Amino acid sequence: MTAVSIRNVWKSYGDQVVLENISLEVAPHAFVSLVGPSGCGKSTFLRMLLSQETPTRGAILVDGAPLAPEPTPDRGVVFQKYSVYPHLTALENVALGLELARSPLLGRLFGARRRAVMEEAAESLEAVGLATARDKYPAQLSGGMQQRLAIAQALIKKPRILLLDEPFGALDPGIRKDIHDLMLDLWWRTRMTVFMVSHDLREAFYLGTRIIAFDRTRTRPEERDAYGATITFDMPLDPSDPVKARIRAAEEAAARGLDLPLSDGGAGRCH
Amino acid sequence: MPRLVNRRPGRATRVALVALPFVLAVTAYAIGSHIRLSENPNDKLLPSFAALADGLSRFAFEPDRRTGEILLWVDTVASLGRLAIGIAVSTMLGLAVGIGVGLLPYARTTLASFLAVLSMIPPLSVLPILFIVFGLGELSKVMLIVFGIAPFLMRDVALRVGELPAEQIVKAQTLGASTWQIVTRVVLPQTWPRLIDAVRLSLGAAWLFLIAAEAIASESGLGYRIFLLRRYLAMDVILPYVAWITILAFLFDWALRRLQARAFPWFASERRG
Repeated sequence: MTAVSIRNVWKSYGDQVVLENISLEVAPHAFVSLVGPSGCGKSTFLRMLLSQETPTRGAILVDGAPLAPEPTPDRGVVFQKYSVYPHLTALENVALGLELARSPLLGRLFGARRRAVMEEAAESLEAVGLATARDKYPAQLSGGMQQRLAIAQALIKKPRILLLDEPFGALDPGIRKDIHDLMLDLWWRTRMTVFMVSHDLREAFYLGTRIIAFDRTRTRPEERDAYGATITFDMPLDPSDPVKARIRAAEEAAARGLDLPLSDGGAGRCH
Repeated sequence: MPRLVNRRPGRATRVALVALPFVLAVTAYAIGSHIRLSENPNDKLLPSFAALADGLSRFAFEPDRRTGEILLWVDTVASLGRLAIGIAVSTMLGLAVGIGVGLLPYARTTLASFLAVLSMIPPLSVLPILFIVFGLGELSKVMLIVFGIAPFLMRDVALRVGELPAEQIVKAQTLGASTWQIVTRVVLPQTWPRLIDAVRLSLGAAWLFLIAAEAIASESGLGYRIFLLRRYLAMDVILPYVAWITILAFLFDWALRRLQARAFPWFASERRG
């Protein structure tokens, strides 16, 4: 159970301010959905949580301790694309995290130790519904299966925090539904704290226990570089809400025009 | 009538079309040879096919009168040895330096500009220097091949490594990989098939530098032989030698392509998308 505390974080590239004054207390085992127009720093925010980028100002604390300066196994990630390795089979992709930990020099195990790791990986594959795809390469899998694989690969390290960067954005609606339920199930069982960037409000409301929207408050062209996006909307959701209520909440929010674009093409003020 | 861009040859037509330029070239040679030989039976420029076969058999099947060795065989072994060492050394350099430059910001900062300049030096222009420094023995010939193709391989590998999605490197770190493990499990395995492509592209250059070095200072080798025989206008042997070199080069290329398809099955499907 991991709490995350974001304190007065700013991010700028040169003169261009991307995010300003972000402060957020995230409770343990929260599922935070990050929404907002493209280019409003959602992904930048996620990359800072991942230590792929560092805040220009401010601090991010995990259970009270400052974030490590580079990516570590306590924070897993699933990207929209390129999350899995094309040269490894599904099983090898999942086993990779275990092999790396147990074989510092080669990052590869042999014999009985390898078999043990592969068995463990096979169980994880089964848990995401990929038992039959274990010996296939990612290019032979559909988009939905690749993302399931990426989830299994990330979870094998038992991360305390899981970061999802539009992980289901490229999937068909039907497949999305299944993978959403899988995600909720895994989130519930692992007690992880999850941050998910999404362009799909319905998805954000369906999965999240809290909706955070990033947007710019100053939109005049001459102010564009000097002022970044910040949190404009912060809504807790009761995770025990029936699913329908949450979807309804999403639709109501959209109908009331809560400054939340429904999709990428929404307000688009953040480019 | 479909547009030309949409028209594709059928199976039989395809075979015929592939063979056509080869047949035309051989026919043109036969006609030219026949015309010249009927004017002057002692003409050496375009020997008849019988003369070519005879020249080939003298060098490929009969021991040399002076040394007792089969010259084509001796030359082939000498040349391929140099080529193999040259390409192997270049490949290892290409991998080591290329992965360093492609993956590590410190190595990139230190070496990228230097490599760009290094690869602009025309290798043949340093051949005299190689002869002076390394002598006229095997080393200078191998060094010419290395000098000729290693910079290309280093830069190509660096580019390919740089093209790996940043997500892959970040993901590896979240799985607990050290820099070394990122190299051995993520970068290196994905570099091999791309390296094969690069080596295939540099094979032509490797042969060029090999033959150039052999032509200038050598006592054996395919390049040495054809330049030696040039003094006697011995086209009946030079042409079979050139054909042999071409076949060897083609076989290497084919073998590398097969190796890539066999050893890295994921690569083809990934490339298709």
